Amino acid sequence: MLRRAARKTILFVVAVFAVGCVWELYKVIGPVDGGSVFGWKIIPKASDRAMPHTWDMIARLLEPENRSGGSPIAVTVAGYSWYTLRLAAVGLLVGGIVGIGLAVLMARWRIASRAILPWVIMSQTVPLIALAPQVVSWSGKIELFGWEWPRWASVCALAAFLSFFPVAVGTLKGLTSVPAASLELMETYAVPWRVTLMKLRFPAAVPFIIPSLKLAATLSVVGVIVAEISTGIRGGIGRAVLSYQQASTGDAEKIYSAVFGAAALGLALFGSVVLLEVIVNRNRPREAT
Amino acid sequence: MTAVVLNSVSMTFNPGTAREVNALDGIDLSIAEGEFVSLIGPSGCGKSTLLRLVANLVEPTAGTIIVNGTSAGQARRDHTYGMAFQQAGLFDWRNVRRNVELPLELAGWDRGRRRERAEEMLALVKLDDFADHMPWQLSGGMQQRVAIARALATHPPLLLMDEPFGALDEMTREHMQAELLRIREATGSTIVFVTHSIPEAVYLSDRVVVMSPRPGRITRIVDIALTGGRDDDTREDQAFFAGITEVRESLRAVEGYHSHGGVDDR
Repeated sequence: MLRRAARKTILFVVAVFAVGCVWELYKVIGPVDGGSVFGWKIIPKASDRAMPHTWDMIARLLEPENRSGGSPIAVTVAGYSWYTLRLAAVGLLVGGIVGIGLAVLMARWRIASRAILPWVIMSQTVPLIALAPQVVSWSGKIELFGWEWPRWASVCALAAFLSFFPVAVGTLKGLTSVPAASLELMETYAVPWRVTLMKLRFPAAVPFIIPSLKLAATLSVVGVIVAEISTGIRGGIGRAVLSYQQASTGDAEKIYSAVFGAAALGLALFGSVVLLEVIVNRNRPREAT
Repeated sequence: MTAVVLNSVSMTFNPGTAREVNALDGIDLSIAEGEFVSLIGPSGCGKSTLLRLVANLVEPTAGTIIVNGTSAGQARRDHTYGMAFQQAGLFDWRNVRRNVELPLELAGWDRGRRRERAEEMLALVKLDDFADHMPWQLSGGMQQRVAIARALATHPPLLLMDEPFGALDEMTREHMQAELLRIREATGSTIVFVTHSIPEAVYLSDRVVVMSPRPGRITRIVDIALTGGRDDDTREDQAFFAGITEVRESLRAVEGYHSHGGVDDR
């Protein structure tokens, strides 16, 4: 187990290093001002402004956000990431609960599955950017039992909107692919559907739920960042991407600090699902993991 | 009291549609308490359906079924029978002990009694050393023994078995047959056993019910007269061979035996 984890970590480092090498290689052989194929400008510029050196990006992490001074930008970005991570975690939690809830409804009643599933699939064709301003405008308009809907809750709602989908589909698949013999066994015990759900269907669905949660974790992070950018909410990594982008003319490396931050928080949320997986799978056959 | 009584039971699947299948027709059978009865016949003769009717997993189209003195439905709700399938069907996420505890848990037993009973059942199937193992760490034969322990955990008077040893290799299979007879000796359970194998049916049973397909009917009931206790020597006994011959000839008379080849001679 530990050796496998060590090997995975080493592979990850090697992969990151390889991406860096490809990046630098392109800077050497690529055209500085880009190029076109059949009239399309698709060959990226290899200039230092468009593609800064990897070591410059890393060095930039240690310099302050504004050249005037202060703590290193890595620390500032970590703060933004932490803010965004919390929103993404809430989004994942809400999305997970909604997704599992819908899956249970659909597994219980075939008619519910016919009524809900098309909406679930259609919901994912709505662009998040189109939806974001509407949802953000809820703040100040909605009051639940004296609790005024804050703007960050809108961001979480948008993240949940993205992340519930894989959970709903994956859980439904898991709940309905229980071996017939096991269902028949539960039938011989004459127990209600609810008991079969808790004792058999849910545990049997875990190998389906976990991968869907991994997908949902990355989607939740994407959802929060897109919602932050399109609504301009401050405090998170999305806003940092936006404002660092504007500074890219004179400080091209700056935006990559935010990109690294976003990647790190995506990994952190993904990692928390992997941790959950390790805990629930500790007694399961290796094939299922 | 008789353990199981079937009275003019018929079973038609999808009645009135193009996919109508007359699975069983006019079945009369009564099984005494403590008796071991095997159901044998070619594929599609309805032997598994018959077992499912007794288990109340399906309702008959016509006729009545009495199990342990009550209706089949009541017997299911009262947990007066246990069932074992061809696939052991153990829950991967529960260890062996907790698999055996499952029916007790569902019947609302408290933790202490559950544990005590599970230990007793595991001792019965000689798996007491494996209580903390996970199912996938056990061989096929051991998994099937756990399934039997689970089926008998509530001490039901009746055990229904649907080709429980069908997926096992020959050596394990013979060992499991001997084990089953020992367990039956210890518990006094009535056993209804569906099988494809003639020697298995003869070795285990007091009576072998021979069935024919389309529609499923009972063509003959063969009494097995093996003297004394059954052990490995029984398999070389004259009476054993006589039983096999009788069952085989009854099956030969069944239309469809050759064309389907659903029964093997192992």
